[in-house]
Amino acid sequence: MSGMSIVTLNRVTKTYRMGENTFDALHEVDFEVRQGEYVAIMGPSGCGKSTLLNVLGCLDKPTSGHYLLNDTDVSTFDDDALSEIRGKLLGFIFQSYNLIQQLTVLENIEVPLYYQGVGAAASRAKAQELAERVGLGHRLHHKPSELSGGQQQRVGIARALVNEPLVLLADEPTGNLDSGSGAEILALFEALREQQKTIIMVTHDPDIGRQAGRIIRLRDGRVEEDTRNGFS
Amino acid sequence: MGSLDLRGLILLFNPGKLRRAIALGFKTIWLHRLRSALTMLGIVFGVCSVIAMLAVGEGAGHEAQEQIRRLGSQNIILRSVKPTDDERISDEQSRVLEFGLTYNDMRRIESTLPSVRVLAPGRIIRNHVYHATRRVDAEIVGVVPWYTGIRNLRIHTGRFFSPIEIEGHVNVCVISDSVAARLFPFMSPLQRNVRVGSDYYRVIGIVESDAGAGQAAAAAGGSGGGNYAPRIYIPLTAARTRFGETIIRRRAGSFEAERVQLHEAIVQVDRIEDVEETARIVDGILARDRRQQDYEMVVPLELLRQAERTKQIFNTVLGAIAAISLLVGGIGIMNIMLASVTERTREIGIRRALGAKRRDIILQFLIETVILSGTGGVIGVVFGVVIPVVISRVADMTTIVTPWAPMLAFSISALVGVVFGIYPAMRAANMDPVEALRHE
Ligand SMILES: Nc1ncnc2c1ncn2[C@@H]1O[C@H](COP(=O)(O)OP(=O)(O)O)[C@@H](O)[C@H]1O
Ligand SMILES: [Mg+2]
Repeated sequence: MSGMSIVTLNRVTKTYRMGENTFDALHEVDFEVRQGEYVAIMGPSGCGKSTLLNVLGCLDKPTSGHYLLNDTDVSTFDDDALSEIRGKLLGFIFQSYNLIQQLTVLENIEVPLYYQGVGAAASRAKAQELAERVGLGHRLHHKPSELSGGQQQRVGIARALVNEPLVLLADEPTGNLDSGSGAEILALFEALREQQKTIIMVTHDPDIGRQAGRIIRLRDGRVEEDTRNGFS
Repeated sequence: MGSLDLRGLILLFNPGKLRRAIALGFKTIWLHRLRSALTMLGIVFGVCSVIAMLAVGEGAGHEAQEQIRRLGSQNIILRSVKPTDDERISDEQSRVLEFGLTYNDMRRIESTLPSVRVLAPGRIIRNHVYHATRRVDAEIVGVVPWYTGIRNLRIHTGRFFSPIEIEGHVNVCVISDSVAARLFPFMSPLQRNVRVGSDYYRVIGIVESDAGAGQAAAAAGGSGGGNYAPRIYIPLTAARTRFGETIIRRRAGSFEAERVQLHEAIVQVDRIEDVEETARIVDGILARDRRQQDYEMVVPLELLRQAERTKQIFNTVLGAIAAISLLVGGIGIMNIMLASVTERTREIGIRRALGAKRRDIILQFLIETVILSGTGGVIGVVFGVVIPVVISRVADMTTIVTPWAPMLAFSISALVGVVFGIYPAMRAANMDPVEALRHE
């Protein structure tokens, strides 16, 4: 097994209250993710994949249980501290890209650095470097609406990488793309895996599952199956 | 949670970050130019009308105050007035109406009040003044040499009387510039003679028109009023010898004679704080031994205070109107910002996911509101400074834009931005990031 444990979930439960009833979107989820792992989270719609990713992404807090990120229990952190963690340690890639429409490619990539207080010149240089890395060096000053879906998602990936995060979190990054663009995006992820990036990706696509070294299957908020390299 | 942590705001935002936040604010506003412009309009009108109205008010007040001030705020002005018919006590046999201030009155005032510095008694005779074929209906005023100093009248050319000319009852005169303009339209009046009745007076100076005398009293609600003719000044002594004290007027087929020793007197008080007290005492001295109300007293300082009070009330009312119009502008801004926050829910979610703290979001929206109201304020200040100039050109009114009016109006508009920006900004900051990201 490579590296140390970066993400540790310890009996994490997320309960939603719906009127009189309560409903566990996540129920006592336990697993660890080590440095450099590429994990695919799969399961039928409504099984809690997005909820899990939100907890992992410090956008949402577990109702009970503990979440250790880089050996720090972040389950008790307040809003400011969680924002800090998101900005410093995590990178998000969304299904619908979630670029800010009024900003250019370069400016979108810079957003996480801005909130980290990185100076204008340094963040510009870093954003440009990443835009080039995802093959958008020639589109720096375009608005998202002027780009194809595949190009927008590449901006999304560059933005997620710009703060050199510990963990990359992706929620169906190819879900909105045609197979050609999807393949390009997957090639980028493959490159990241080779660079020993830790990736946790929600997906419906079995091919991606195969590309990832590990698949966690959820059903009704529980971990149904956790397989590495095709073995349980 | 989500409360406005000012200390945090200040510590967190290094100047570079703040500068970029402001740049982003401008960019966002520019993106929605039309909406932003319409939103600003409320503030523009508010600020502009505040400045313009204050300028008009200040100008009107200033004009009145200037007139009053020229009467001299250390002065108490006494004037003889003809008693009203039912008060009148006349000597039926001689048909001479005797009234007004007397030299004796002046002596009593001087001896009773040590704080009184100067008395500038004057006689006013209404008559025609001629030069060659030109004629002016004027008030011939007999005065002492220090009259101009007390009344703050500027001598344009030449000089005023010397004590020697007073001693010698010399026939010299100083004419007001309006008299000069009418009698001497094409030449300098200096050293030329004007005729009053059968006497000639040599012009030795031109003094500014004493417009303040009647108008100021009328403007401040004094009982003075009346029609004041342009004035020419001659030595008091000369007036006494040439005109005597009895003036005969032809009235409705009969003659009426009036005997007045002094038409006007000015009591100057050393210290401005003593003016009102002294005025009371002078009034007491004069009222004693009088059977008829044959004088009036104008205290410019009181008029000045009155004018100031009027101006203050005026300004307060304007301030209230201004506050309301800015309030309306502020509510307009808040309305738009709330819509903007809802519209940009997704963006807020994205920014939060990428590491923005609540205070980052608060600052972003607050900056936008302040830019909106501040820019509206700047435009309003520009219009507010230009419009009074146009008003004074077109309507021939004095308008004064005091430096504090634009500053005040602008600060209020910026403050409106902060106050009305806080609620939408807090709404934005308190959104749940997950919900915000799900928002379409
Ligand atoms: N805010 C919420 N309130 C109530 N129920 C929710 C909320 N968010 C998600 N759920 C429910 O939790 C379950 C898991 O949702 P989600 O994690 O989005 O599923 P997936 O991403 O796997 O499709 C679903 O049944 C969903 O209806
Ligand atoms: Mg989902």
